[in-house]
Amino acid sequence: MKTKLFCGCPSDYRGKKPNTNVCPVCLGLPGTLPVVNKKAVEYAVMAAAALNCKINHKILFFRKNYFYPDLPKNFQISQYDRAGGLPIGTDGYVEIKVKNAKKKVRIGRVHLEEDPGRLTYLGPIDRSPYTLVDYNRSGIALLEIVTLPDLNSPKEARILLRKLRSILEHLGVFDGSLEGAMRCDANVSIEGGSRVEIKNISSFKEVERALTYEIIRQRDLLSKERRVLRETRHWDERRRVTISLRTKEEEQDYRYFPEPDLPVFLLDDTFIKNVVSSMPELPDARIERFKKMYGLPEYDAEVLVADKRIADFFEECVKLYNQPKKISNWVMSDVLRYLYENNLEIHESKLSPKHLVEMIKMIDEGEISGKIAKKVLPEMIVTGKDPREIVKEKNLLRISSIQEIKALIKTVFEENRKAVEDALKDEKAIHFLVGQVMRKTRGRADPELTHNLIKEELDKLKKAN
Amino acid sequence: MSDKIISKKEVEHIASLAGIALSEEEKELFTKQFNEILSYFHKIDELDLEEVEPTYHVVELSNVFREDEVTEPLPLELAILNAPKKKDGYIKAPKII
Amino acid sequence: MLSAREIVSRVKSGELKVTEIVESTFDRVSKTEDRLNCYVTILQEEALKRARLLDESASKGKVHGRLFGVPVAVKDNICTKGVRTTCSSRILANFKPVYNATVIERLEREGAVIIGKTNMDEFAMGVSTETSYFGPTRNPWDLTRVPGGSSGGSAAAVAAGEATVALGSDTGGSIRCPASFCSIVGLKPTYGSVSRYGLIAYANSLEQIGPMARDVYDCALLFSVIAGHDPRDSTSVNLKPKDYTVFLREEVKGVKIGVPKEFFGEGTQKVVEETVWKAVHKLEDLGAEYDTCSLPSLEYALAAYYIIAMSEASSNLARYDGLRYGYSEEFTDTDWFTYIAKVRRNGFGPEVRRRIILGTFTLSSGYYNRYYLKALKVRTLIRMDFEKAFKRFDVLAAPTMPTPPFKLGEKIENPLELYMCDIDTVPANLAGLPSISIPCGFTTSGLPVGLQLIAPPFREDLLFRVAYTFEKNTGYVKEEPEVI
Repeated sequence: MKTKLFCGCPSDYRGKKPNTNVCPVCLGLPGTLPVVNKKAVEYAVMAAAALNCKINHKILFFRKNYFYPDLPKNFQISQYDRAGGLPIGTDGYVEIKVKNAKKKVRIGRVHLEEDPGRLTYLGPIDRSPYTLVDYNRSGIALLEIVTLPDLNSPKEARILLRKLRSILEHLGVFDGSLEGAMRCDANVSIEGGSRVEIKNISSFKEVERALTYEIIRQRDLLSKERRVLRETRHWDERRRVTISLRTKEEEQDYRYFPEPDLPVFLLDDTFIKNVVSSMPELPDARIERFKKMYGLPEYDAEVLVADKRIADFFEECVKLYNQPKKISNWVMSDVLRYLYENNLEIHESKLSPKHLVEMIKMIDEGEISGKIAKKVLPEMIVTGKDPREIVKEKNLLRISSIQEIKALIKTVFEENRKAVEDALKDEKAIHFLVGQVMRKTRGRADPELTHNLIKEELDKLKKAN
Repeated sequence: MSDKIISKKEVEHIASLAGIALSEEEKELFTKQFNEILSYFHKIDELDLEEVEPTYHVVELSNVFREDEVTEPLPLELAILNAPKKKDGYIKAPKII
Repeated sequence: MLSAREIVSRVKSGELKVTEIVESTFDRVSKTEDRLNCYVTILQEEALKRARLLDESASKGKVHGRLFGVPVAVKDNICTKGVRTTCSSRILANFKPVYNATVIERLEREGAVIIGKTNMDEFAMGVSTETSYFGPTRNPWDLTRVPGGSSGGSAAAVAAGEATVALGSDTGGSIRCPASFCSIVGLKPTYGSVSRYGLIAYANSLEQIGPMARDVYDCALLFSVIAGHDPRDSTSVNLKPKDYTVFLREEVKGVKIGVPKEFFGEGTQKVVEETVWKAVHKLEDLGAEYDTCSLPSLEYALAAYYIIAMSEASSNLARYDGLRYGYSEEFTDTDWFTYIAKVRRNGFGPEVRRRIILGTFTLSSGYYNRYYLKALKVRTLIRMDFEKAFKRFDVLAAPTMPTPPFKLGEKIENPLELYMCDIDTVPANLAGLPSISIPCGFTTSGLPVGLQLIAPPFREDLLFRVAYTFEKNTGYVKEEPEVI
């Protein structure tokens, strides 16, 4: 989506100087009026359908009234599920996999609303002497997905979020890799306590951390026989603690009422059908397809599809070299591990499907060993270079010359006379000699060839004896 | 008025919800006036409205959309032209907590 | 005083220069403004500069525009780029919009000259223009009396010749009330026919910008210019632009006029009742037919109106917090909420504060269903009553105001009494119907009385035709206030 929810300002606000991505409408200047971006409604309908929601045929926008400096009108145009309010989707579910068992997490509603601006503090929120406000983000279309209390652990919350992200990315609704593109408010209630909402969580990792912290905090209170207050808390990412923002007594009365400036939306069956029929393949279907089409085990398919870009990358590779299992192994192990350890997204790395495939082909054709490939891959990810180039530069190409290997064997035999004797007695000891040759070549010698040549040499010695 | 619809305490609460500070005299005066006005509003209780649909919008328009087309944002000077306090292109606001 | 119609034709013929017209308007301003206080901001320099530009293009034979050279006053809740727009409130006293309202673009496209921004009740909340932060406007017919409100500055300016025509806004009678009190013509258009983009909201489901003029022709002309679809206003109806002046002919034969008895309730002064009936009979003499009728739900209109208006206002006016624009104070040691509560206390006048707080109450948890939702249901009943009435009648006739203009200060201490003044005007807003107020006579002490005509949605043409016929066959419009 190119523009904000109610005005034509670009939705691409990141990295811009403060207050340079705004217009009278998203600044909430007196006299301005909202006009709904059609694409936003279409995307929301698509998302609601993908989350198995009932799509409402009649949709109203509501005003949610509260004061906050990041909210230019001091109300947010949103949707509501009470007082005659009709959000885009209701009563859906998502299926997640927890410890190999499938679990349904119910979705209460899916609705559209406008994003507020952003506040900057000098240091932590509770010590900043003033606040700086940037409205560049104000009015960005936000899809709110509300789950019912079906999650039992911080880990489940993370699994759900990953699944949601994958679904939404498959729909093309957003780019989950962008900072702040997916945010969540998490609610925690443990037995004997009350519901606490945590705001300002910025990533999946943080969700798990914030929830874990909060559960420990609440358990600790309860174990000391103190009360858990029903309140809203702020996740301080830097200090890794939650801070109380307001308690239930101060809890906002949002005074929802229908937005008079936006007439009703009547989504007839044709509209909904058009949107749903143009819906791209969803993760679950893709997993099935990966199993069938590429013969991948379920686990592989799940890992790949968990991130749309990874799944796309994989398929690109398969198109170039029809070895799905081999490609999947490389992507799932070395590629993903490297990305994870370096906190990178696949598209942020310089690895191209063409190069990865090239590398695997080199292994298959005996030009390099798997071990060498493991050394080449990080270089490919960082520099974007062709694996052949790297192998050449670093002189990593496999040694398959009989002459060269024979010369090496000679040296090894001379240096390891005891081992040669052992090998003459016991076939198994041959591996040590092979290993010595490999060491000398830093793994470049063709292992099979080396093995055979050593055997040959040993046989010669046996006969001579 | 004997039966108060809204008490002074409620007026205080609602004024705070409305983000408006009130003086003591004003609280008294508003409480009195609000009770008069609200008791007039209760005239509508004479009607049986159970089966009546509310009118959210008086014009019968629906599906008023905008295409997803970019328009030029305001230059920074205009965006924060009227802001009383600013700093480095930001609008400056008081502390939150 | 020249009408807009005359100005355009004389400028086109070369008989008059725009500069002369604009200068003579400022002459009048200089003579009467001290006593009337019609304007918050007078744009003398800008207007004269524009007049010279228009004259220049006229000298090259380029006289395009239906309002070419016409001096227009604009209510100060309509945004004008670079020209402060205050809503007559301290909280916006130094606010300079960075964009023009759609209606301003349309005026400028048609060659109008904006003379100034007119005084009003603060945020359009009032019927007397007494709640303005910039002091009250006085009625040109009697300086001790109010001009009506909230568009009191626009009405007084037009009546006194400080502008030829004016824009007002009408949420619950704010165009028609001052039109009636100042003996001019004022139209509250069908909801959705004039863009609200750039109109600073008071109660957005009720209000429209509308034309105010000394005669029906000018009113129709100005309406033709400002009406029409605007993609920036989602509630703007997509209708073909029309020239409403073509409907102006003396022809009411067979027009069926309904006179609902609810408009003559206990607060209606006898002189108003008699004057309005005289007008109905006049229309009958001219060939119309009339009958009395009843719209029983109108008894609840005022209560429903105020609940809706205040509720919406409480939300619309939340944005004034001293951060992005408007009145501000120091905040070194204050937290943001204490700060905004203080800014809003000192920036808003008492009536605005009253309505915001009451509106917050009627939307608050536990009260939404009891007040706001019920009021929306009453709104449905009122629409249905009108629909039924319009099956029998072409237009409805009623007093615009239950009383002639009252004295300054007479009602200001009693909010509820002031609210009661809107009793005859709010039904048209609740139902979104077009409604016009035209001069229909004077009391024995020379105070104006207005006749209100209401038509089905988008039938402004019919209102104009009936009003025009009445005007052409009566002399009220020719009367001029003494202040001139």
